[in-house]
Amino acid sequence: MLRFDAVGLHYLSGGTPGPDVLRDLSFTVPEGAFRWLLGPSGAGKTSLLRLMYLDARPSHGRLHVLGTEIGSAPRRALPGLRRRIGVVFQDFRLLDHLPVFDNVALPLRLAGRGEGQIRADVGEMLRWVGLQDRAGTHPAELSGGEQQRVAIARAVMARPSLLLADEPTGNLDDAQAQRLLVLFRELNRLGTTVVVATHNETLVARYPARALRLDRGRLTEVG
Amino acid sequence: MARRSLLRPPGFDELGLRRAMADRMLPFLVAAMAFLAALALAGWVGAATLAQHWQHGAGASLTVQVPQPGDPAIGRTGPDARSRLDRVIETLTATPGIAGAHALSRPELGALLRPWLGGGDAALLERLPAVIAVRLAEPPPTPAAFAALDTALRRSAPGTVLESQGLWIGRLLALARSLQACAGAALLVVAAVAAAVVAVATRAGLAARREAIEIVHGLGATDGFIATRFAGRATLLASAGGIAGALAALPVLLALARLAAPFTAGSAAAPASAGPSVAGIETFSGSLPVALWLLLPGLPLAAAAIGFVTAQVTVRRWLRRLP
Ligand SMILES: Nc1ncnc2c1ncn2[C@@H]1O[C@H](COP(=O)(O)OP(=O)(O)OP(=O)(O)O)[C@@H](O)[C@H]1O
Ligand SMILES: [Mg+2]
Repeated sequence: MLRFDAVGLHYLSGGTPGPDVLRDLSFTVPEGAFRWLLGPSGAGKTSLLRLMYLDARPSHGRLHVLGTEIGSAPRRALPGLRRRIGVVFQDFRLLDHLPVFDNVALPLRLAGRGEGQIRADVGEMLRWVGLQDRAGTHPAELSGGEQQRVAIARAVMARPSLLLADEPTGNLDDAQAQRLLVLFRELNRLGTTVVVATHNETLVARYPARALRLDRGRLTEVG
Repeated sequence: MARRSLLRPPGFDELGLRRAMADRMLPFLVAAMAFLAALALAGWVGAATLAQHWQHGAGASLTVQVPQPGDPAIGRTGPDARSRLDRVIETLTATPGIAGAHALSRPELGALLRPWLGGGDAALLERLPAVIAVRLAEPPPTPAAFAALDTALRRSAPGTVLESQGLWIGRLLALARSLQACAGAALLVVAAVAAAVVAVATRAGLAARREAIEIVHGLGATDGFIATRFAGRATLLASAGGIAGALAALPVLLALARLAAPFTAGSAAAPASAGPSVAGIETFSGSLPVALWLLLPGLPLAAAAIGFVTAQVTVRRWLRRLP
């Protein structure tokens, strides 16, 4: 599912390589697993997730995502992989010019599904996240929690094999955060591999699972 | 409102390009380019038509007069064994750009001159210069070649007159060909500017919708998917501009065609309609060369093609910066 072999990452600053933000990471996340991704701010959690959702390629080492070696894969091989990965970004990244319905439907349209099936599936998904009445509303008119649920609905809409979430409870209240976790555990039970990055140690304590712990770009714990 | 959004409109705008890609500036600029292209096309067709007319009509033949055709010609080292007429015909047929030279026989000449001279004055005919009808080939001799020919003829048969009309035809043909080349160059420049205009508009659209593009790219959209969205928009706007420009150029071209009609119509055709009449409209539209009627609808098509290809290339190159 996910296999890291001595993976390192540095960003380019003005064409020259910056400092290593991830160093010598080796671990695997098997299919159907659930992992917390923990560590202090600046430890490299978001950078590690970016490698997983193919927003960056490793600077060193070998990385396998969904069975494909990312370092040497041709660029045209990546879109197909991305469509099998659902991501909940900390800042949601919804398309502001589209109503909720079209935001959630986007992965299905990119996958080329028929409009009839899209209408049925998206309607069902919006009911599941409790937004059936907001289908025609634009994201800017939604509360933070509602936007979060739209982002989650979009992430899981196309039944991804891999679900990645970056600080998904960052601006949710406790009840909302717990509801979100119930959702993720449910998807995981249905077979989706899930990795959730968070600072929220109380949430981790309440839902114990194996964890990847990062500190200054190095792995200090492999659950 | 909510109900309507549940139906995917045809041409669904994932990237929000309807707002991002200037929907007034681009068609307006492309329309201006199409207008210029129409004028250049008209210039090209007009020059080609005039050149063809001169070449096959008035320009296709010229005449050479040879006084005392029976006297011996002058060779390189004195009098030649051949007659002046034979020698002139020999020189003419050996000149590149001349298809044939035919000396009018005495009876032919006599028939030609009978209205003025009356029949049977053989003695007078004997004293007239011989007349050679020359057919020009494609391409005809250049003005320089005409000048050289003139010199050569007068050296071997002094007093020979090469009708200067031929020289002028050659010069006009050279001018027409140059005009055609200029019109072609103008077309190329206009197409390049149109492509640049589309590229700038596409880049502005890319910059304005960068975030949406990154999101859709992250969700697994291929470069082709994103480029096609932009290309669709660019094609629509460019063809709208192309149609507007071609339509705007139409009255100008018709007016030009009316001015040019007497030159291109040939002696047989009547001049463009003199007064207002119902048939005037037909004469009017008929005054535009067929080639232009065929080429004008090509302008929106060319604009659409330029829009499509330029947007595709611009977007695909831009997308390479994303992982
Ligand atoms: N685009 C970038 N260019 C250069 N450096 C970056 C970039 N993104 C992150 N970094 C650096 O990489 C390091 C790790 O950042 P990252 O965002 O992965 O940390 P994080 O664990 O997600 O932190 P937080 O918990 O605050 O979100 C930081 O030192 C940061 O400055
Ligand atoms: Mg982070």
